[in-house]
Amino acid sequence: MEVAASTSHKLDVESVRKQFPILHQKVNGHDLVYFDNAATTQKPQAVIQALVNYYSGFNANIHRGIHTLAEKATKAFEDTRTVAQNFLHAKHKEEIIFVRGVTEGINLVASSYGRIFLKQGDEIIISGLEHHSNIVPWQMVCEEKGCRLRVIPITPSGEFDMDTFEKLLSVKTKIVAVNHASNSLGSINPIKEVIQKAHNLGVIVLIDGAQAAAHIDIDVQQLDCDFYCISGHKMYGPTGVGVLYGKKELLEKMPPYMGGGEMIKNVTFERTTYNELPYKFEAGTPNIADVVAFREAFVFINELGKTKMAAHESALLQYASKELSALKGVQLIGTAAEKVSVQSFIIDGIHPFDVGQMLDARGVAVRTGHHCTQPLMERFGIEGTVRASFAVYNTKEEIDKLVEGVDRILKFLK
Amino acid sequence: MTIDETQREIINQFSLLDGDLEMSVLYLMELGQKLPLMKEEDKVEVNSVKGCQSKVWLTAELNHERLHFTADSNTAITKGLVSLLIRVFNGHLPEEILTNELYFMQKIGMNRFIGTQRSNGFAAMIKQMKIYALAFKAKSEIQA
Repeated sequence: MEVAASTSHKLDVESVRKQFPILHQKVNGHDLVYFDNAATTQKPQAVIQALVNYYSGFNANIHRGIHTLAEKATKAFEDTRTVAQNFLHAKHKEEIIFVRGVTEGINLVASSYGRIFLKQGDEIIISGLEHHSNIVPWQMVCEEKGCRLRVIPITPSGEFDMDTFEKLLSVKTKIVAVNHASNSLGSINPIKEVIQKAHNLGVIVLIDGAQAAAHIDIDVQQLDCDFYCISGHKMYGPTGVGVLYGKKELLEKMPPYMGGGEMIKNVTFERTTYNELPYKFEAGTPNIADVVAFREAFVFINELGKTKMAAHESALLQYASKELSALKGVQLIGTAAEKVSVQSFIIDGIHPFDVGQMLDARGVAVRTGHHCTQPLMERFGIEGTVRASFAVYNTKEEIDKLVEGVDRILKFLK
Repeated sequence: MTIDETQREIINQFSLLDGDLEMSVLYLMELGQKLPLMKEEDKVEVNSVKGCQSKVWLTAELNHERLHFTADSNTAITKGLVSLLIRVFNGHLPEEILTNELYFMQKIGMNRFIGTQRSNGFAAMIKQMKIYALAFKAKSEIQA
């Protein structure tokens, strides 16, 4: 009985793998090992099927149609909003804005909130761990408004230097924008503390949750963050769809980001009245099919349970870090105490591209380069890394193949 | 050996690897390791080939009317690729380099072990070599 009880808490990886058709193929004569999950995850059959069902069953433009298909499509679209609301534990459904992904979410806030509430001399704080998507939109608004971008420094293990963060916070600070988990290093950042400290000074906080959504429980009310962004494709959902969560009172004060259909209440050539939330921010025909299929990704994660998923992924991460660091010449980059399942590494004297290409020849897909975090790479004095990122469908045996591949290249080139 | 003969030799050598991608990559790296060293002072911006994802430096000199290229890269596979080009072109007249068509890449299935971006980089290397050939040809014609 005890055995049965303990195994029920463990993830059945084989049954998970069966749900992902793409995993069952040969690449360059080898079984595919997909370790590029921080770039994009693969999609379970339920997500793929939802896309097929939508286009073959009820494709129609939403919200204004009175015919049956339009009604069905609208209901499915709005269903995903409710599921997303529950996933993020948002208080109100209209706090869920559909966007293309985290990049658009951040740009929306930087542009819409920034344009209204920022003035010359104000400061925005980001961290040295940010993806270019959480750097460039702020640089753009800083340039336009004459604001200054401040950066939380990163410790050698890849964590926020919180003492400096506190020193950076001042009456000039208007926005703090940081990621929940780093795409390059995997570090899970102390966002709860960041939010509290910022709020003490009345500073609003945006969290880039791209790398967190598939791994960490997110409760925007408990976190008390002002904005939180996620991307569907990094959490087993379709590409081109994501969510910007924003506190209702803030979203209401913000002007629309784009003009067009859907976001208006009334248009005359003299004046346009904007629609209510969330439609005010969803101009034009949205990405209906992907939003509809996105629902299945939330369901997939909910059904497995993030606790179970995280336990599996964390075991993979620990095993990979241990095995990789045991290889002479391999240096792990990013060794924060709290991490999602991302492991970056470099090999002394061997370029990451060569490692990536060599691994690809063995069917192992990893990412190489700067991972859109050039300032972070500069911080570590490196050009780039090899990054292996693990998802719920990965196995220990697959990590062995990664380690074997790295070992082979080490032996060959040394 | 003519440019054509060298190309056929490369194709034959790669065919022994039986299309095994890993072996081909390792072989390329091995070829790169054998490439004569480039002087550190030549690895500068002015000698870098634009359009390559990794860093590639290329210099050329004319010796008894024949072109001699020297190159290096910060990645082992790219170094292997550039070593093939050097093997095909070195010791030939600028005119030969300009007029001979390169076909060995397709025959050894190079697109399997370099992605789209690297293919563009490889094309940039060939272009740079041909530009050198054109420049030396023009120079010798003026002198003549």
